[in-house]
Amino acid sequence: MTSLVLLDVGKPTEVEATIDVSDVWINAAEVEAALGWELKPEGLCRAAICIPVEGRSGLMSDGRMNLEGLADLLGRPLAHSPEEGVAYMGPPLDLFNQTIRTLEAPDFVLPDLEGELHSLSQYRGSKVLLVAWASW
Amino acid sequence: MVITVATDRADDARSWIERANPTHPTLIDEHHRLGELYNMVNVPTVVWIDETGRITRPNDVAFTTEKGGRYANVSTDEQMALLRGWVRGSLPPPSDDDIRKKVTPLSEKSQLARAHFGLGWWLHREGRFGAAEHHFSIGGELAPDDFMIRRGTMPLRGSDPFGPEFVEMVTDWLGSGHTYYLPLPVE
Repeated sequence: MTSLVLLDVGKPTEVEATIDVSDVWINAAEVEAALGWELKPEGLCRAAICIPVEGRSGLMSDGRMNLEGLADLLGRPLAHSPEEGVAYMGPPLDLFNQTIRTLEAPDFVLPDLEGELHSLSQYRGSKVLLVAWASW
Repeated sequence: MVITVATDRADDARSWIERANPTHPTLIDEHHRLGELYNMVNVPTVVWIDETGRITRPNDVAFTTEKGGRYANVSTDEQMALLRGWVRGSLPPPSDDDIRKKVTPLSEKSQLARAHFGLGWWLHREGRFGAAEHHFSIGGELAPDDFMIRRGTMPLRGSDPFGPEFVEMVTDWLGSGHTYYLPLPVE
């Protein structure tokens, strides 16, 4: 048994893991702490939504979940490095399709140079010209 | 109002922001959160968001100087006139379908590339530079059009983002028939 840092869109949680060659398995009981989805008899659940896990081959084994299978189940991109003991799960792939459907600008919270946090939604009520730039 | 977001480490953006001394919020996005949420692949990218929080004009290329505009083959005067029209309410509002047509669809590969960037960024922060570079490189290979990954990681990799690696990257990209900037039509 080793440990893995699971980055949920950048937010790190350390979970117990076992690595079989390049297959990473994580403690199913820790999925909720890392990703907000709780394993229940009816499936992997968050709020009113449950995704069935029974019958999905290669997903569960001895109270562990296969990391790639989990990312696939949640529809999220996964980059992982078993040798570095870290994995990154990006936002659900369907999130952007939802943005196209609703045209609602995705909210975000980012710091300014002083570390003060700003969300896009706090400026609702004004037209916003959002400008992404860089020094490079 | 204007909100600027630097796709940078704070220390790389600091001198630019301090010199401009702006009154609007100037945010720092070292993790490329906007790339993930808005499917952005390069800078500068602008998005118009209305009072209700809805996208009126999706990702577009806009420069503030004529010189910059020439890189993207856009007229900054025409873009500015359009922007003024929107701010003053004199532009006819586009239909939802017109807005959607301007959105570049998201590909699984590009979002996977961003996951590799996110992993690489964490490794870089941890001082594991070799492993970080490996994942930046996978990201660039998965999404060769993602210059936020390919060029944006140059400062992290100790490469000059205006130097030979950048020139070679752009020359190859343009030489194989691609476009570096894809502005929306001014209409």
